[in-house]
Parts: sequence; structure tokens; C-alpha cells
Amino acid sequence: MPATSTTSVTIHIPTPLRSFTGGSASVEVTGQTVGEALKDLVRRHPALEPHLYTEDGRLRSFVNIYVGDEDIRYLDRDATAITPGAELSIVPSIAGGR
Amino acid sequence: MYIAPDLLDAIRAHGAETYPEECCGFLLGRPTARGNHVLALRPVPNRQADHRERRYTITPADYQAADRAARQQGLDVVGFYHSHPDHPARPSATDLAEATFPGYTYVIVSILQGIPDALTAWSLAPDRSRFDAEPISLTEPEPSTR
Repeated sequence: MPATSTTSVTIHIPTPLRSFTGGSASVEVTGQTVGEALKDLVRRHPALEPHLYTEDGRLRSFVNIYVGDEDIRYLDRDATAITPGAELSIVPSIAGGR
Repeated sequence: MYIAPDLLDAIRAHGAETYPEECCGFLLGRPTARGNHVLALRPVPNRQADHRERRYTITPADYQAADRAARQQGLDVVGFYHSHPDHPARPSATDLAEATFPGYTYVIVSILQGIPDALTAWSLAPDRSRFDAEPISLTEPEPSTR
């Protein structure tokens, strides 16, 4: 058996997106970085992808990813390393106007 | 959306209070097969730095705080509300460009010269192309949840 190179983490899913995860409030995924974990999430639940990513593959501007209480924008963004058991959250920012 | 009349009045009052700037806040409740049942509101400050008379912003920190508060009441964040000062109560191009996820209810209240006018509810289409109008069904007030 080769040494495992994957890290299992939990991603918490906001309520309206649970219709795309079979009702699950959280999803177990693997990855060494936040970017890898998110890619694994949309591989498991492809219907999530258009709501998290733009057509050219960037995270939508209103989608904020937290590792614990830390926004990955203030860490290493997609390259932020994650440790086993880490908890990721998808947090929307809301904006608009007339 | 299912909601008690006094909560709709509270949204209208918030819009009048912040006029001529936009107000904003969270709808807390329970998603049901027939639509979101709103059981409480959580007003938040408009965090937009400028042009608050035509733009609003709710930060991720506000979202997380609202989410925690909702869960403590056994509820979920089921949507958001904001006002359109001196503008119709329908989603703007900005609202569509900034729209988050299908499944949230977006309430818009028009405030004309400081007086609440039309109040409407919307949800983002699954293909993200437009907002669809959501019927508003009135329920009995539920004081125990507020």
C-alpha cells in the first residue's frame, strides 16, 4: 500500500445548495489544498459547479471560502493547505441595488 | 414564500427608516417543499461604502453571524431583503449580476418618498438567467419564534 497523499476534510453546504448535494448539509471530500477540495466537491456533485464557478473556472465573486474562521482570501486562496479534519464553509456575500 | 404580515411590516418599516438609503437584512426560517417559510428577520447595516441610496452589501461576516443566530433558533438563512428607494420593487440588472444561489428568497420593498410601497419576492432561476417572481402567502404571526 502506498502512503496516502489525500486529506479528508468536511465542506459545509449552505441551505439552498443542499438540493444539489442530495440534501446533505456537509460533504466529505479529499484534497491537499482548498482548490483541490473544492474540485473534489464539484466532481462528486456536478450540479454545484455553475453556482460556485464562472464559465471560465474562477470562483464566483460572491463565493467566499472559509477554513475554520479564516477567509482563504487572507491565506493562500486556492493554494491554502488544509490539514486532515479541516472544516471548510461556503459563505455568500450578498449585494445588489436598484 | 410563507410569512406573517407583521414581518412584512417590519421590512417596510426598515426600508422607511433607512430611506433615502437602501436597507438590507436576512430572512430566517425553514425551507419547505412548497417554498421558504420565513419565521424571523435579522436586519443588518448596509455595508456598502458609498452610493447606499442605490446599492447594498451584506458581508460574509454578517452572513456567518446570521447563520449562527438562525441555527440557535432551529432555523436557517432562507433569504434576504433590501429596499429600492424611489424605484420599483423588481430585481435590477445589478441584483441579477450579484445574485447568489437559487433557493434563497429575495424580498424587495419599494420606498417612494420615504413611504413603503410595493413589496415583492423573487428567486433566482436554476440556470441563473433571471429572477422569477415568488408568490407571497400570508401566515399567522408566530411570536414564539421571534
